[in-house]
Amino acid sequence: MQDDKISSLLVSRAKELLSGGKVQLVIGWRKGLFDYDVTPSLFTTAEDIEHNFVYNEWCSANLSKYLVKETRKIETAKDTVRMNNKMAKMKDPDAKDAPEPQAKILVFLKPCDTYSFTELLKEHRINRDDVYAAGIPCDGMKDPEKKELSERCTVCKSKKHITYDELIGEDGDVQDSNRFDMVEKIEAMSPDERFAFWQGELSRCIRCNACRNVCPACTCEHCIFDNPDSGAAQKVAADSFEENMFHIIRAWHVAGRCTDCGECSRVCPQNIPLHLLNRKFIKDINELYGPYMAGSDMETKPPMLTWTKDDANPGVVSTRETASASQCNCNGGK
Amino acid sequence: MPVTENSSEVNNTFKPKIVAFCCNWCSYAGADLAGNNRLEYPADVKIIRIPCSCRLNPLFILRAFQRGADGVILCGCHPGDCHYTSGNYFARRRMTLLFSMLNFMGIEKGRTRVEWVSAAEGAKFAKTMHDFVGTVTKLGENKRLEDLRCKTTK
Repeated sequence: MQDDKISSLLVSRAKELLSGGKVQLVIGWRKGLFDYDVTPSLFTTAEDIEHNFVYNEWCSANLSKYLVKETRKIETAKDTVRMNNKMAKMKDPDAKDAPEPQAKILVFLKPCDTYSFTELLKEHRINRDDVYAAGIPCDGMKDPEKKELSERCTVCKSKKHITYDELIGEDGDVQDSNRFDMVEKIEAMSPDERFAFWQGELSRCIRCNACRNVCPACTCEHCIFDNPDSGAAQKVAADSFEENMFHIIRAWHVAGRCTDCGECSRVCPQNIPLHLLNRKFIKDINELYGPYMAGSDMETKPPMLTWTKDDANPGVVSTRETASASQCNCNGGK
Repeated sequence: MPVTENSSEVNNTFKPKIVAFCCNWCSYAGADLAGNNRLEYPADVKIIRIPCSCRLNPLFILRAFQRGADGVILCGCHPGDCHYTSGNYFARRRMTLLFSMLNFMGIEKGRTRVEWVSAAEGAKFAKTMHDFVGTVTKLGENKRLEDLRCKTTK
């Protein structure tokens, strides 16, 4: 579906909105040197869009997170004018109000990006009025290294657009996905195998923080891992503890908010399957607290911000997995 | 048994280090009651008082392991009895997910535990600690979440 036809449709629509003054900024994908070398980018002129905008099977990047900072700029500009108006009124009660600057950003969102977008709206990270969201169809994106459909798209969770102002192309449905298969496979391993598996994966981590920086759920102004007093700030993990700690805490901080967009694994230069940690949390939440899909609506309370009287006690972790526990005994025996 | 052998055996016995996070209103008072009642519980347990069980940041647990703890236990008010109405309900969900993740990463699940101990349950506190120290002693030294830089030579 990401063919030339849809691409030219997006280009013409973006140009139309931009030159019509409906939006002042477009967030899209920019052509690179090679086909697969596509970068998320900001466009401000129709000419730029005409020449450099692209939408093809390499446009994996989720554009929703860029809205956080870009809409903040608009809101800051509005605040400044409001403040100046107020101060002008103090000096001279008859002063005329300067008009508030109005700006809108056009963003192109694939179905799974609309989940992230909705989650960000839900968390009040984006002002809805500053965004003109265009939902676009997606047939799955390719992995630039393997040159084939990326893992997250083979287990696509939904082709449905959640929040948008305009739909280009057709809306799809929530998919019947088997995305938890790999998590189940790891759960079935013995604790020793699980530990070996994760050590093998996480020991490759170079702490580039790309997984955190790209994650649409990680939008804290001051990340705990940037705190110089935390002892874990911005440095390569010195030993296995730090590898474990960073990844446990990173995944835990987005538990119940992660939409499983898979960006963390996509950007990982060491190809660590980080999405499995997030999926484990999603799976646990689904099993223990009822099915929940972050970003699928604006109303449902996130599972970590709510509780019921009959929640399972943490001891459930040891009792519910009797199958793997028996395996654990035979392994501990040897 | 010759004295020399006996003493070497004592040195080799593994004594786990346990960190117990106790909520100020119930479990800390419960531990106090255990002391007032002269109930014995293992000296390996080091209690850290926190305002409420939901004060427990998952980093506290990981940090405890990093600095040499072999087991971490969280004690709070019974669900429904939280001094702050609902803190322990949130703590319960958080710890469930965290423990499940530790288990998923292959860290022994006996090393972490949550127990609800009220201010009147000194006996339960002592019993829980006996029990937990026993479990962790069986598991042995914490190797999977250790930080070699924090290890001191004996």
